[in-house]
Amino acid sequence: MSAEYVLEMRNITKNYGENTVLSDVTLQVRPGEIHALLGENGAGKSTLMNVLFGMPVIHATGGFGGEVLLDGEATHITSPHDAMTKGIGMVHQEFMLLPGFTVTENIKLNREVTRRNPVSRLLGRNMETLDMGAMSSAARKALDSVGMSIDEYTRVEGMPVGYMQFVEIAREIDKTGIKLLVFDEPTAVLTESEAQQLIRVMKAIAESGIAIIFITHRLDEVMEAADSITILRDGKLVTRLDKEKTSIVELAEQMIGRKGEAMVSVEPRAVPQDEVALSVRDLYVNMSGEEVRGVSFDVFKGEILGIGGLAGQGKLGIPNGVMSLYASSGEVEIFGETLQLGNAAAALKAGIAMVSEDRKGVGLLLDQSIEDNIAFTAMQVKGEYLTKIGPIKLKNSGAIRHQAERMIKELDIRCFGPTQHSGTLSGGNQQKVCIARALTMKPRFLFVSEPTRGIDIGAKKLVLETLVKLNREMGMTIVMVSSELQELRSICDRIMIVSEGKLVDILPPDASDADFGLAMSGIKPDEHK
Amino acid sequence: MRDNVNSGIDTAASKAPVRQKTNWGRLFRENAVTIMFVVMCIVCLAFSGQSLSYVMYELFGRLSRNAFIVLALIIPIVAGMGINFAITIGAMAAQISVLWVIEWGVSGLPGMMLAALMTVPLAAFFGFLIGKLLNKMKGQEMIGGLILGYFANGLYQLLFLFIFGNLIPLNAPGLVIKGSTGVANTIDLSTERGFKYALDGLWSMPFVEATHLIFAVLFLVVVVMLVAKKIKTEKALTYMGIMGAFAMLLQIPAVASVFSMVKVPMVTFIVVGVLCLFNTGLLRTRLGQQFRAVGQNRTVANASGINVDKVRVIAIMISTVLAGWGQLIFVQNMGSFQTYGAHEQVGLYAGAAILVGGAGVRKATNGQAILGCILFHLLFIVAPPAGKNLFGDSAIGEYFRVFISYGVIAAALVMHAWSGIQKKKSAKEALTE
Repeated sequence: MSAEYVLEMRNITKNYGENTVLSDVTLQVRPGEIHALLGENGAGKSTLMNVLFGMPVIHATGGFGGEVLLDGEATHITSPHDAMTKGIGMVHQEFMLLPGFTVTENIKLNREVTRRNPVSRLLGRNMETLDMGAMSSAARKALDSVGMSIDEYTRVEGMPVGYMQFVEIAREIDKTGIKLLVFDEPTAVLTESEAQQLIRVMKAIAESGIAIIFITHRLDEVMEAADSITILRDGKLVTRLDKEKTSIVELAEQMIGRKGEAMVSVEPRAVPQDEVALSVRDLYVNMSGEEVRGVSFDVFKGEILGIGGLAGQGKLGIPNGVMSLYASSGEVEIFGETLQLGNAAAALKAGIAMVSEDRKGVGLLLDQSIEDNIAFTAMQVKGEYLTKIGPIKLKNSGAIRHQAERMIKELDIRCFGPTQHSGTLSGGNQQKVCIARALTMKPRFLFVSEPTRGIDIGAKKLVLETLVKLNREMGMTIVMVSSELQELRSICDRIMIVSEGKLVDILPPDASDADFGLAMSGIKPDEHK
Repeated sequence: MRDNVNSGIDTAASKAPVRQKTNWGRLFRENAVTIMFVVMCIVCLAFSGQSLSYVMYELFGRLSRNAFIVLALIIPIVAGMGINFAITIGAMAAQISVLWVIEWGVSGLPGMMLAALMTVPLAAFFGFLIGKLLNKMKGQEMIGGLILGYFANGLYQLLFLFIFGNLIPLNAPGLVIKGSTGVANTIDLSTERGFKYALDGLWSMPFVEATHLIFAVLFLVVVVMLVAKKIKTEKALTYMGIMGAFAMLLQIPAVASVFSMVKVPMVTFIVVGVLCLFNTGLLRTRLGQQFRAVGQNRTVANASGINVDKVRVIAIMISTVLAGWGQLIFVQNMGSFQTYGAHEQVGLYAGAAILVGGAGVRKATNGQAILGCILFHLLFIVAPPAGKNLFGDSAIGEYFRVFISYGVIAAALVMHAWSGIQKKKSAKEALTE
């Protein structure tokens, strides 16, 4: 226990065939510290974690070079289960919870407290009876330690995402002998206040002596929570820093490896408010977790309108409702024409395109190539990229390839070529494919929903710049929905804040933080004064 | 510390929806299959012209021989593998055991026990192979199991037509037809070498007495549990009330006469009851929790260190062995079986029965299995005479039998998909109601 580092990964090298994804990377974590692991998508963070957890994918592809030391002793982690028994836990980005189980059952999954019974004496441990009482009291203790007052008998199904995150953490904390916890993008799905709470919980866990590896894209959170930071770029170790001796600007620079501001900045301008592009009246959207309850607003031609608000307050419901991806009702007019709700094809035909927040579910055909993804909607809805021979319509591969190559170049989609499957791309590049597809529709009006969720700073900047370029150069009217206020403030002309499914206020981007804070909690700033 | 930490989260809790009052429309949609069958049973019963006491007699006979095998389906459903149509193979294992027990001439209860014992390694081994194969086709277990059953039938025929009786000689009279090869078409269990009624004949009593006895035992159990504080007083009183009311009902001669022909094979029903307890008990063990976890989400189960493939194989093995025993109960009641046909419809009929009871391909309980068994077989009893009375042709009645058994599965699967779809409402109505 006297070792300086609870975990030391020395000179880790990993190749997938010819492709070196990690080369000579060293990671050191002291007991009881929060260590941030930073890097763009594809920098090697997940591979490094796969090595740490002994994931089958690592062993199946020839293992790795270098050594892993736990408490100063060289160790060999053979499987995720082995990692667990050695005291390494993981809080997943995508929740590893069973919806039909209660909070208790989830926390105690595969670590159930059991009583022996006559059958188990004969047939072994698997036949022991569950001791629900003991299980729930242990779960209660773990929930209390992350400051969650939710009843331990509640089923996970239908719980807000923020809760699920804390249930996951409670599960890891409940494991005995845990000495290292990995948080993989834990704040990605949380609201700002939940993220704040999460950081408080992380600090409390670290104080109790458990080390934390904190993987995140949010540099402000790193500065707030971490004690030390390791930065990876392109599979190589860039640097290991102490929080005290660095700044957010330095972190951003080291991470993307290019100079300059990470955030996009746009000259403020006055958008003429004479022509209404989209008029929405009394919109209701039944999207589970993002319900919209009677919203009315106008979008002016040529502007970028931001929609902000806390998670679960209905901001995602607005674009999904207008596009009829979820059941919706209300009156919508697009450039003066009535848009019938309940028909997704009608919205697309009316010239509205949307980049969905659900990249993998709604946004992409993961098993299809990049070029097919780009041309798919235009082919289906507008009948473009087709060669007509009599009644038969054939795919015009040449035109599709041409368009795909143009988009790959314009949007800087990093891929092997237009035929690569979109499922194998990183998050940021998948997002770019989604944007490319929306643009291929030659829309008059563009919805972008959470365009930067789960992608790295470099890609984020590029996505935002692309939106500005589309707006300024092609005159595209854009509605951008985002959880990150800073992003909205940097490129939007007006920002609409929704709370509890209702519109609170529309604010200029240079409104004060206090105004935005009030609006997000449902109070109209003017009335407050 | 706790209070200020909570502030961020508890705001969301205040928005949690209030509990809804009973929604009859929804209740109907979710139980559409079962309700449709209740209606069909009542209509057919009215037109069948059969006396209630005869129908009850038939029903109890069918329940005693079929309930066990339907209950064998529960574990794989809970483990997320859908309806295990491969129980057909469990039935084959049982029939192989029966053949050899008759060949060796072990008759009566010892014969039945020996067959049951022999079935265990055979069915477990087959179940192991089935499980291994189904692990290679996750998501298509039902169709996989069905086709596997047909495939295994080929091997079974090879075994019974060519290997048994030829390569391995059989000496018992009647097992091989003279001048022919292979095992005879029908295997008779009513000879002195067989074990017809080995279980049913052990102890049977008239329905009313049997009910009294069972209630008395259950009453004692409830009282003991109440004293041991394992059960809430209200619940205990409800149970006692229901039993009391039913016992009183049976005192009315008209009611009692409905059950006058029913002789309850006590041991068989006790065995079925034990299987129900086994299913419930198993799901409360560590292994049971693993079944449920794997059934809900294999990825999550795997991430928590559960060996998903192994758990699935165990589920199928248990189901296959139970199905084998179920087939033994079936044949000891029937007294004979079609060597080449008795196992064929086992999977389909059991699957149909459990679906009728309101189970889904992801969720099933003992109650649903028993209720389904009652409704499915009730319809089997009353539909043919109803068809005959309505259309005046007994062939129509026969047609009804076949139509029903296949139609049930299709209808149940479709209606389950249908009952999952909520009636379309406008978003505004849904959100403002």
